Amino acid sequence: MGRIPLVLLACGSFNPITNQHMRLFELARDHMHHTGRFQVVGGIVSPVSDSYGKRGLAPAQHRVAMARLALHGSGWVTVDDWESRQPDWTETVVTLRHHLQKLLGQQPSAADLQMPHSSLEGSSEPPQLKLLCGADFLDTFRVPGLWRAEHVEELVGRFGLVCVSRGDLQADRAVHESDTLFRHRHNIFLVREWVRNETSATEIRRALRRGLSVKYLLPDAVIDYVREHQLYTWQSEQRNKDAVLRPLGQQGAPSEPLNDS
Amino acid sequence: MDCAKKTKLVLLSCGSYNPVTNMHLRMFELAREHLQIKGHYEVVKGIISPVGDGYNEKGLIEASHRVEMAKLAVESSSWIEVDSWEGRQADWQETNKVLRHHWEELLSREQGTDVVGTVKAGRKRKRIDAVSISNKRKHGKMEVAHKGLMHKTDGPHLMLLCGADVLESFGVPGLWKNEDIEEIVGSYGLVCITRSSFDVDAFIQGSDLLWPHRHNIHVVREWVANDVSATHVRRALRRGHSVRYLLPDPVLSYIQERRLYTAESEQTNAGVVLAPLQKHAGNHG
Repeated sequence: MGRIPLVLLACGSFNPITNQHMRLFELARDHMHHTGRFQVVGGIVSPVSDSYGKRGLAPAQHRVAMARLALHGSGWVTVDDWESRQPDWTETVVTLRHHLQKLLGQQPSAADLQMPHSSLEGSSEPPQLKLLCGADFLDTFRVPGLWRAEHVEELVGRFGLVCVSRGDLQADRAVHESDTLFRHRHNIFLVREWVRNETSATEIRRALRRGLSVKYLLPDAVIDYVREHQLYTWQSEQRNKDAVLRPLGQQGAPSEPLNDS
Repeated sequence: MDCAKKTKLVLLSCGSYNPVTNMHLRMFELAREHLQIKGHYEVVKGIISPVGDGYNEKGLIEASHRVEMAKLAVESSSWIEVDSWEGRQADWQETNKVLRHHWEELLSREQGTDVVGTVKAGRKRKRIDAVSISNKRKHGKMEVAHKGLMHKTDGPHLMLLCGADVLESFGVPGLWKNEDIEEIVGSYGLVCITRSSFDVDAFIQGSDLLWPHRHNIHVVREWVANDVSATHVRRALRRGHSVRYLLPDPVLSYIQERRLYTAESEQTNAGVVLAPLQKHAGNHG
């Protein structure tokens, strides 16, 4: 039986994209290959749209441009701006459905995926699309009003998760504590990153605001872009300061801003 | 305003650099910022000095490769460079000797050209007599005069940049000679990047050797953990795992092209005693 061709999709702010983000793809690909069941044929970075309403979110056009600069030499991970161009925030499963349709060739421009190492034609197995995320993502399922139950079911049941976390047991616990996740645990792949590498986009924005160096935490080309366009200042961090995170507004939850850092 | 008073500083980092990683490079960036903001210094240069093969560390690949990779890594840097002197020595060189070498180089360059210093023409500088330094050392005593060495010149200061693990290693029996530690912290100074788990202040407090020189030891807190070490990188490479984005792309290409870092290369020096331990073994009574 041949390996299942697999594409990894990462949704997120990418505000900005960092080496840490790109590491997620590398770690996930190694892990999924190692299971013996999958052949990772592509990766997609899908920056969220501006209407997400997250604090300090730089304009989508910039986030997309930076991601493209960062992944320029990648060879297997690409940037897709479909989600960022939608008029309103798009639920994760909607984005997944869109990309799976493209992948299965049911829409034109499947070639846009640019997968030079694609073995789609060679394999007898239909390709799969899984969501790539960090351990924090699993905890978001518990936030009241943030997710629709049927979406979580579709996300882990129909698509599947590849979740990269540190050597702690945060992800395992999250799967254990949710009946939905537990039921689909065979479709949730937990990847360990044993070394701590906490240089997140939040930290990088903080450093940039303070005029500190972020060299070697993200590609030089992205740093140059940030400087050129003067993104990530104290002012830019005030953007959306009192706004309600869009998913909370949409799902009809109480309109207290989500205290996310 | 304060610019005229800023002391020029050169940071020297010794280590295996086996291979160089983004963590090493971050260390330089963090140090420079800390010193320029808190320490009233102007950091004019960073030097990476990969250790020579004579160090006999397990898994240490040839110095020529390690030097070349470091050079590739700093190509995009405006202030960090690589020096191959230590790597080219047949015998392992103690850290204070490497510091001395670079200090003498700095001085001779100062006296030769105006490249690093800001001294105007016609002003005399104190000549540091390298011979008198080594004579003092032969007698096994650290003269107090040696401590004031750096501060008498108008030229740049030279400090050792390291991680907290190096500071911690001062306590390992047989690894360092007390007078060498004395020279490093007394005559030059230490810039130490800590991970939050290690209490550097407590360590200095508890050391009679370090405590008198605590003002020469600059502690830079790394608030955001970044444990990606060369050991981790080598392990990943052995196992065929990706290390992309943990080190600069040109370094990664270099490694891949030459297939460095295999299970075999990790066995280099297996069972061999580390050079400093071998060298100092004779010194214990």
